[in-house]
Amino acid sequence: MNETASVVVVGAGPAGICAAKALVAAGLRPVVIDEGLRAGGQIYRRPLVDDGRSATDLYGSEAAKATRLHREFDALLPSIDYRPQTLVWNIADNQLHLTANGVHQRIGFQNLILTTGATDRVLPFPGWTLPGVYTLGAAQTALKAQGCTIGKRVVFLGSGPLLYLVAWQYVKAGGDVAAVLDTAPFAAKLNLLSAIRFDPRLVLTGMSYAARLVRRGVKLHYNVRPTGVDGSQHVEGLNFKSGAKTHSIACDAVAYGFALRAETQLADLAGCPFRFDDRDRTWLPATDDAGRTSCKGIYLAGDGSGIAGADAAEISGELAALAVIQDSGMAADPRRMSVLAGARRRKAKLRDILEKAFPFPQNWFDQIPGATTLCRCEEITVSSVIDTVHGNDLRELNRLKALSRAGMGRCQGRMCSAAMAEILASTQKLKLPEIGRLRAQAPIKPLPLSLHEAGS
Amino acid sequence: MATHHSRPQFQRHFRRDDAHIPFTIDGTAYSGRRGDTVLVAIMSVTGQLRRSEFTSEPRAGFCLIGACQDCFVTLACGTRVRACTTPLEAHMAFTTRESGNE
Repeated sequence: MNETASVVVVGAGPAGICAAKALVAAGLRPVVIDEGLRAGGQIYRRPLVDDGRSATDLYGSEAAKATRLHREFDALLPSIDYRPQTLVWNIADNQLHLTANGVHQRIGFQNLILTTGATDRVLPFPGWTLPGVYTLGAAQTALKAQGCTIGKRVVFLGSGPLLYLVAWQYVKAGGDVAAVLDTAPFAAKLNLLSAIRFDPRLVLTGMSYAARLVRRGVKLHYNVRPTGVDGSQHVEGLNFKSGAKTHSIACDAVAYGFALRAETQLADLAGCPFRFDDRDRTWLPATDDAGRTSCKGIYLAGDGSGIAGADAAEISGELAALAVIQDSGMAADPRRMSVLAGARRRKAKLRDILEKAFPFPQNWFDQIPGATTLCRCEEITVSSVIDTVHGNDLRELNRLKALSRAGMGRCQGRMCSAAMAEILASTQKLKLPEIGRLRAQAPIKPLPLSLHEAGS
Repeated sequence: MATHHSRPQFQRHFRRDDAHIPFTIDGTAYSGRRGDTVLVAIMSVTGQLRRSEFTSEPRAGFCLIGACQDCFVTLACGTRVRACTTPLEAHMAFTTRESGNE
């Protein structure tokens, strides 16, 4: 009953689209599995219906790229087996376990390219579970895909290129941006100057958002730590420290995040070895320059193999496809592969600098009260996690999950594992690589209870 | 605690005049717009999606891309749907009266 495909691509963002395109160009007919309704991924997500906005309205400076990728993917449709709205929830024995519309199916594969993308990296603060608090990515998705703002008066908080970009997109759409609160010191932004030579357009466009926000009268604060959200049923204001000063600002929504974290669960279930990445402060699947893992037939591309951005995802998607082609004994242009590998290394250098300009907020938990919820699924507090660490002298993340229940809920630690790792490491005075990593568990997302096997 | 705040959290900037799609929350009639997700339809007329399982605190979704699993809502038939990735369909009937959440 089960089919076997020569190549399966999981994900249809920039990496998945470019992988599919290169595979088709080599005469292959890949299966492309997309959790979304239409190809584009999160960055180039398309609205459910046309709402009168142009590509420039939707994607700003990236409009040309978005339009090109959408067009290229749509042109591929006759040559690929595209499965939208389909969740891959397990990988075992060279088979993908899928569900679409409540129907369960398995597909065997000879080659697999995982382009699983990223989610916002978040850390808890008092009030982060209250209605009106969303991730930066959520604030952007609400506007891009649905034409809505997450509130009437929004505070943007955190670190990462998205902080200024989304704040500017809200201003442009007619939203009221109450303030932009950067958790990094202003001096960190000076690092951007050394990034200009790697990608002048991207860096200068990024820098211009802060200037445009200031011109529109939006207040920017640096060195910020949030101390609490006002309101019991929804956001009514945000309190924060900027250096030694305390501030209070009226708002009905907060969008926040600290750059992105790779979605690596499927690579984990496939058995790929992981390595610790100091820059991203997390474990990532180990690959070579072209995205090969040490598991035969399994390749990775895009942000799911380490955060590098959409342009890098196009490069690594094509590279992974060329690696599949080469490893299958077909002709892959070695010059093209070395050009792409070089371009990918330059993007990685750019990313190193961006990380210095938008650094992860170290010592976050110094000012977070113990009563703050850490795991929003199971509603476990920061102090309960710390007590569990102390009470059992824990030194390993999976033990902490088992004993505290943090990370055990529906999100499988996507929203709390970064916080759990930081707390465990700092409480026990260990380095992050010493405490291990959360193992992925199938199903990687909740499944409906009434699943039917296809053909049964 | 089945009340849901009537203060809309989300603000529409586009599709305001698109076709209205009727739905209900605990029997009260509302309308979304063609092209809405369930999350946007509900958050454009109220201030929350559900109450949390253990502390009954209001929740309204978080990531909007199907990762955090915080936006589950319950249809009157008992089926749970992830609001941020489910397109709104006419006459969907949502209930906030889950057992154990009273």
